[in-house]
Amino acid sequence: MTAKHMHFLANPARFLRIARPATGWLLSVGVVLTAVGVVSGLTFTPPDYLQGETVRIMYIHVPAAWLGMLGWAGIAAAAISQLVWRHPLATVAGRAFAPCGATFAAICLITGSIWGRPTWGTWWEWDGRLTSMLVLFFLYLGYIALAASERERGGEGRLAALFGLVGAINLPIIHYSVLWWRTLHQGESITLTGTTIAPSILWPLPLTMLGFTCLFAAGSLMLMRAQLAQLRIEARIRREARA
Amino acid sequence: MNQWAFVIAAYAVAIIATAGLLALSFRAMRRAEAEAEKLKNRK
Repeated sequence: MTAKHMHFLANPARFLRIARPATGWLLSVGVVLTAVGVVSGLTFTPPDYLQGETVRIMYIHVPAAWLGMLGWAGIAAAAISQLVWRHPLATVAGRAFAPCGATFAAICLITGSIWGRPTWGTWWEWDGRLTSMLVLFFLYLGYIALAASERERGGEGRLAALFGLVGAINLPIIHYSVLWWRTLHQGESITLTGTTIAPSILWPLPLTMLGFTCLFAAGSLMLMRAQLAQLRIEARIRREARA
Repeated sequence: MNQWAFVIAAYAVAIIATAGLLALSFRAMRRAEAEAEKLKNRK
């Protein structure tokens, strides 16, 4: 999304005109793509020659890791938009991305742990990738608590925005952790230039990636709409109290 | 332990957590929008 698009959508009324139909579409497309990807991953692909059937955990673990990181990237983008341009929707967007990102970061950690037991022989290891992902999950919890406390005090959410920006330092750490600390977690299997995964195993992954991303977007839009409605209620109550 | 037990456990976690997130988000949205509409239509 370009800065021009961001400025265009920053108007709440304009945003809601697009968000209302988009929520249903994203939810429907997300459910269909995820279901097709999950069923294909569980039934139509062969087991891996080394990992056996457990390789199928990849179809949910990889999208969860991607969305856990995307959620925080969204928070950081919203924080810049809030601090630089004071967009009215930026605070709402940051607060909506947080529970969605936290959920997918938790899914990534739990499914990774379940995958680790038969593959590595342990549920958990203080490896660079696992630890930095756990830090991301705790950052989400901190952001949610900070944003809620600022909202309760009637603040603009600037502290939470700053926290969101500073926390973004963890994103490159997660990405490069497998190169900087070579321990248990495997290196990069999928890069911009290619992949080391066999095509016969890989093909359902784009379906679940896109499907879960649509579901993440639908969840974020629903939470943004909930907050905008809540703000309308509070504004109305304040107007009535003054009258 | 059978490898499928790990696969099923991982999928169960992912599906339940995603469905839970969407259900809670949907409920929050419906409640807030219904309340806002009720206030708007109040005379």
